[in-house]
Amino acid sequence: MQSGPSADTGRLRMQAGEDTLENVVCEAIVQIRNAAGLHMRPAMQFVDIANQFDSDIMVSNDETVVDGKSIMQMSMLAATCGTKLRIKAEGQDAERALEALRQLVEETHFHEPTPEEEKKH
Amino acid sequence: MEIKKGIAVSPGISIAKSLIIDSEEYRIPRRAIKPSQRITEIQRVRNAFRDAADELRRLEESQDQAEGGKIKDIFAVHLRFLRDRSLRKKVTDLIYAESVTAEYAVSTVLREIASHFTNVKDTYISERAADIYDIERRLLKQLLGRKREDVDHLRKEVAIVARELSPTQTAGFDKRFVKGLATDAGGRTSHTAIVARSLGIPAVVALEDLTEIVRTDDTVLIDGNRGIVIVNPDEQTIQQYEKYSREFAELEHKLDAIREKPAVTRDGVEITLLGNIEFPDEAEVVLQKGGEGIGLYRTEFLYLNRPTEPTEEEHYEAYAQTVRVFGDRPVVIRTVDLGADKYTQSKRFAPEPNPFLGLRSIRFCLQNLTMFKTQLRAILRASVLGGVKIMFPLITNLQEMMQAKMILRDVMEDLDEESITYNRDVDVGIMIETPSAALMAHTLARDVDFFSIGTNDLTQYTLAVDRGNELVSTLYSAADPAVLRLIRTVIQDAYKAQIDVAVCGEVASEPEYIMLLLGLGIRTISLTPPMLPEIKQIIRSVAIEDCNTVARKILGMNSERQISRYLRDAARNILPEAF
Repeated sequence: MQSGPSADTGRLRMQAGEDTLENVVCEAIVQIRNAAGLHMRPAMQFVDIANQFDSDIMVSNDETVVDGKSIMQMSMLAATCGTKLRIKAEGQDAERALEALRQLVEETHFHEPTPEEEKKH
Repeated sequence: MEIKKGIAVSPGISIAKSLIIDSEEYRIPRRAIKPSQRITEIQRVRNAFRDAADELRRLEESQDQAEGGKIKDIFAVHLRFLRDRSLRKKVTDLIYAESVTAEYAVSTVLREIASHFTNVKDTYISERAADIYDIERRLLKQLLGRKREDVDHLRKEVAIVARELSPTQTAGFDKRFVKGLATDAGGRTSHTAIVARSLGIPAVVALEDLTEIVRTDDTVLIDGNRGIVIVNPDEQTIQQYEKYSREFAELEHKLDAIREKPAVTRDGVEITLLGNIEFPDEAEVVLQKGGEGIGLYRTEFLYLNRPTEPTEEEHYEAYAQTVRVFGDRPVVIRTVDLGADKYTQSKRFAPEPNPFLGLRSIRFCLQNLTMFKTQLRAILRASVLGGVKIMFPLITNLQEMMQAKMILRDVMEDLDEESITYNRDVDVGIMIETPSAALMAHTLARDVDFFSIGTNDLTQYTLAVDRGNELVSTLYSAADPAVLRLIRTVIQDAYKAQIDVAVCGEVASEPEYIMLLLGLGIRTISLTPPMLPEIKQIIRSVAIEDCNTVARKILGMNSERQISRYLRDAARNILPEAF
């Protein structure tokens, strides 16, 4: 099939990427931990980190897939505390990008308190 | 071609390309653009995003680090939105797909995003909608601000179209290029009206939804004489109007020459020509146009566009300024004629069901004595400065008139007690603008110094027609035999009582009515200042004897249509170029 739908060609390209080690695709599922959820400031931190990498970053919840480098799209996910998001990075530095974003969401949770930490205060 | 009718607030005719000024304060209306204009609009969006981001960065830098942490964060978030290509693309895609203006696209996209946030249950996130509205305002400020700068640096002739114009918006208008104004909102006393008159350009207001019909660069014809705006007029209409406008200008030029000449008929009868004014600064215009004084000084402007009542000093200043212009020549100040409008209605718990038959004008004053007395005090104080006369509007019976005069006497006594000087013999008159006053004119005439016939209200009340209601407005005509009979009665009764009688309604500025008015015995006419030269020209072209013949013939006619046609023909024979 020479002129197949774009989704197919996309998959072909991805596989080629994995073979040549130039274009890597990695995915991870992360959970929002900070109490206030993915509001404006966390969204800003997320896109700032995403934009440090060349790879394309796609983030999805159950309903939509958005561009992880766009603050508008990220904030519109309106992910509250506890929400699980799938992050997909594609490009030469995909692995490093994914790890940096996972750390931001799950380990430092946007430098904001989790619900448990909030209760302590 | 689309024809819109509004209120004419400044005379003249202009045909120019439109320039629309939107405002951040109002919802941006959807307005289609030509596909070829999309590139310009998309470029405007790009510039707006860039400039808004620049502005924000400067703001961010100027924030104090110590206390500005939170604010800096907010700025940082906004900055990222302004640099977000996918947001910008959403806006430009909308312009591309639907051919709409940059302002509309920005507003629509950002409001859509904001409503997405509002719908999120989590309050922390739903409150972020406020940030999006902020960003919308920042972008609109760039788009509209730049447009305002464009208005200040015009290089081609334009007709300004807006919902309403504020003083800041009109401050930089260049008379060489701004050829006309047309607004959705506003009335005779709106800022747009004042600016247009001071610039001497045509203006029409109260056009309701004009900003939603007009697109930038549409051709807009503004007829400030008749209160009409035509969007994209066809070739034939443009030609008609260009001819009309040329003739209007030529006539005006020619008429300027007769400014210094007296208003005397061919057979030597002197007519007093006065101006109707709304604002003190129009007094100069009356002089320029050859008026001898003010026959109707409307004082409602003092009460409009403000939350509180004007003080006695504010009244006094407004009157003194005008009286000084005219020295001893007459300045007839009409006491406030509010009613059937926002001002009096807003003071009520519920609006009146039938405001034109309700608490308006002198009736409102007689029930709000403190307000009424404040105005009367100011008028009396100004009466020592020149030829001030006091006029009460909308009198319907003798008792009402006597009550108003009694209150005037009370105020005089107060001034006496305070040793404040005023003209004790100030002339007091009434407007005859209701059928009851016209029918009782012989009685009313005994206790006043003059009558002034207000033909607009007199016609409306006699014929029971609201001229603003297009379903019946064709029935409204001062040439109706019933109205003319009342006018004749009033004039005759004034003559019998030997008091002055003037006409200050719209018919006084309509050339075809002049012969009739003179023939009925009118010798004092008060009208809108721009029409003074034309009316004087007519007066100078007629002989009273001919006017008497016209009046006699008309009083024998039974139909409005017959009378109107006769008036037009008679006038055309006198001054062909005016018709």
